[in-house]
Amino acid sequence: MSGNMNLTLKVWRQKNAADKGGFVTYKADDVSPDMSFLEMLDIVNERLVKKTEDPIHFDHDCREGICGACSLYINGRPHGPKQAITTCQLHMRSFSDGETITIEPWRAEAFPVIKDLAVDRTAFDRIQEAGGFISVNTGGVPDANEIPIPKVVADEAFNSATCIQCGACVAACKNASAALFVSAKISQLALLPQGQTERYRRVQAMVAQMDAEGFGSCTNTGACEVECPKGISLTNINRMRRDYFNAKFFKEEEIH
Amino acid sequence: MILDSKIPDGPLGEKWSKHKFDLKLVNPANKRKYTVIVVGTGLAGASAAASLAELGYNVKAFCYQDSARRAHSIAAQGGINAAKNYRNDGDSVYRLFYDTIKGGDYRAREANVHRLAEVSNNIIDQCVAQGVPFAREYGGLLDNRSFGGAQVSRTFYARGQTGQQLLLGAYSALNRQIHEGKVKMYNRHEMLDLVTVDGKAQGIVTRNLLTGEIETFAGHSVLLCTGGYGNVFYLSTNAMGCNTTAIWRSYKKGALFANPCYTQIHPTCIPVTGDHQSKLTLMSESLRNDGRVWVPKTKETAEKLQKGEIKAVDIKEEDRDYFLERKYPSFGNLVPRDVASRNAKEAADEGRGVGSTGKAVFLDFAESIQRLGKDAVEAKYGNLFDMYYQITDENPYETPMRIYPAVHYTMGGLWVDYNLMTTVPGLYCLGEANFSDHGANRLGASALMQGLADGYFVVPYTLGDYLAGIGPKPVDESHPAFAQAKKEVEDRINKFLSMKGTKTVDEYHRDLGLIMWEYCGMARNEAGLTKAKGLIAELREDFWKNAIVVGVNDEMNMSLEKAGRVADFLELAELMVDDALDRKESCGGHFREESQTEEGEAKRDDENFAYVSAWEYKGDNVPSELHKEQLIFENVKLTQRSYK
Repeated sequence: MSGNMNLTLKVWRQKNAADKGGFVTYKADDVSPDMSFLEMLDIVNERLVKKTEDPIHFDHDCREGICGACSLYINGRPHGPKQAITTCQLHMRSFSDGETITIEPWRAEAFPVIKDLAVDRTAFDRIQEAGGFISVNTGGVPDANEIPIPKVVADEAFNSATCIQCGACVAACKNASAALFVSAKISQLALLPQGQTERYRRVQAMVAQMDAEGFGSCTNTGACEVECPKGISLTNINRMRRDYFNAKFFKEEEIH
Repeated sequence: MILDSKIPDGPLGEKWSKHKFDLKLVNPANKRKYTVIVVGTGLAGASAAASLAELGYNVKAFCYQDSARRAHSIAAQGGINAAKNYRNDGDSVYRLFYDTIKGGDYRAREANVHRLAEVSNNIIDQCVAQGVPFAREYGGLLDNRSFGGAQVSRTFYARGQTGQQLLLGAYSALNRQIHEGKVKMYNRHEMLDLVTVDGKAQGIVTRNLLTGEIETFAGHSVLLCTGGYGNVFYLSTNAMGCNTTAIWRSYKKGALFANPCYTQIHPTCIPVTGDHQSKLTLMSESLRNDGRVWVPKTKETAEKLQKGEIKAVDIKEEDRDYFLERKYPSFGNLVPRDVASRNAKEAADEGRGVGSTGKAVFLDFAESIQRLGKDAVEAKYGNLFDMYYQITDENPYETPMRIYPAVHYTMGGLWVDYNLMTTVPGLYCLGEANFSDHGANRLGASALMQGLADGYFVVPYTLGDYLAGIGPKPVDESHPAFAQAKKEVEDRINKFLSMKGTKTVDEYHRDLGLIMWEYCGMARNEAGLTKAKGLIAELREDFWKNAIVVGVNDEMNMSLEKAGRVADFLELAELMVDDALDRKESCGGHFREESQTEEGEAKRDDENFAYVSAWEYKGDNVPSELHKEQLIFENVKLTQRSYK
């Protein structure tokens, strides 16, 4: 274990959505390499509060990489320099003593800044409300083992389902496209037999809502896949396009 | 006050069916005249909100997170139990019932637990229908694995993120109802008080966490699905925002709080590394299927390990003590959580702990990797191993994991009757927030089961009975009780914002956590608890004098949010200590050092303590009043638990 580090932080501070915002520099001294990135911010914040200054606001909750609340654009990359992890799992041993770290919020028109580093990601909820479900009521469903699903299909659906809705894909994309997120949600249900009955209706409703939220278009740069903390694959986007194309080209009763 | 648990008559296996028939129904055309408030959108809340909206009720759902999908159920890793007996290994509803009652150390109601086991199978069916991608075998059917406290494989799972997948299923059902206009979702809203009118729950007061607006919402009934209070210990596996405020405020409005001292300390968490630590990360119990728990046989070897002079691999097989396998040959590494945790603590207390602090034991996969191959182990636990590596910088494929117990779950919560209604008419409590099904210790993979059972299959039946009784007359929002509750909340917020002391709210929270862990943690005794009671009272007094809260109300304010939550923890902590003092026996997660067998196992006292402790609020700085609900066992014989 190496010794503690002294760091300089350039943090985006913005009072509210209407405020212009700007970078403020803070010293983060005596940081242990065993701290998580958010624990480092906790310490900076506690020092601010002691001086009765407003702490740096950021979203976070589970701190074990699954709730998707934490975000942060660190040194120009969503969730920081390491791949396949969220900011809460990023530890300070990934940085070196004396380093200057730049911390910004997700930048996208569809994710307006609320305060400092916290942004509004409710667009993702609305996209799922538009059709990201299978229309079954509680009760009256068949026995679970009456729907056999080939393991490879179930595993692939699971891979899509691991998305944690953090928005790193949008933040990484130069167009602020939500294609990776939306396609992962669509794919999970499109792959499973339970999702077939509403497959084409779903893809149209979710894509329409995605467009209405003001996300950009996908131009296949692949930055989203690289930065996704859960390794969601670009294949999902192909699947979404194929289904969307089919849905627009054929009558619903013909493709089922 | 006489506690009426409303347990139906008749044989155990027929109680729920009979009760469902006896419950009053609400006419389909009348359902839309009722509004139901659901607070919390984890497994219990999301499933209840969706199911009630499907029935036709108008639902208002609230969560403090920015999205309903981030509720902390999302973090559950291992799995969900059900009595499907797909493995043909002797499982049944009765066996799941029996294991759960026994695992809870005979401190839960038979009727509730049997109902839970009965509906467990429906839950799996429901989740599969929603598209939850459970693990499957090559034949396309569902896979199962084993969990602690059971000798059958009844746990359904979705790699290491069963909680996320089940919650996304419930969240999708909720989204469908939002789309239909039957659920109105209020995210980033924190419930700060309950509104009662003529003794009945009729609304809540919330703070909009973005704008600071204090609002009241009215409904015919309020369902609290707000999770556990493990964060009273500061360090726990809970999410940072998990808090007791909704249930604590309701307790102060008349709901009884049951068994507050029953806390689950989970045996397999990543150990604490330093004072900066903000939370503890769980390593799923499923790891105990293939990992072997051990420490060095002698203190001398352990000291060398702690100093870094030797490594785990340097210790010969004969110098290792696989203490769970040695002491409990029939359950081995899969003993229930309370037993595994206490044994780990015992090893550390003997000086045989590992890691630089000595507060850890090994969880070793070397034998499994040799037997099954690295790929097979990776397929089962890959994401957990990766997470461990990220946090500790150690590779668990090469060196054993270091684990130590951490606060994980609270079996206590608001007292509810068989219908899940609290002692306040119209106020229901579901999931971890209530006390009902796990007795003094919850078995692994049972929390997800209970949350979804309550939300999908219990409350949709029992709530109708209450609503039919009160009738669909609109709730009077102009009743002075709403304005009064709102004013109290505003006054409290203004009080917080005027606090300009010298110590941060986090510092108070950490101090409280240390007191609770030391005196009301894995082992408790009369002297320690008495001391803790004084320390908590002092700390609370100091908090109101010297804490710092910064910022203003009318914008996002983390400092203010925290202050409210910690202030409530400071009160709850004392009730937990009172409860632990009253319960002079050991049972499940509650280990009173004065009550142990010769072998150091928890020793119950059924003659004097086979009751649920339900505490009634009597006023600030006035002792709460204890009410006892006797537990009656007609079907299982109370025995000293043995996993040997």
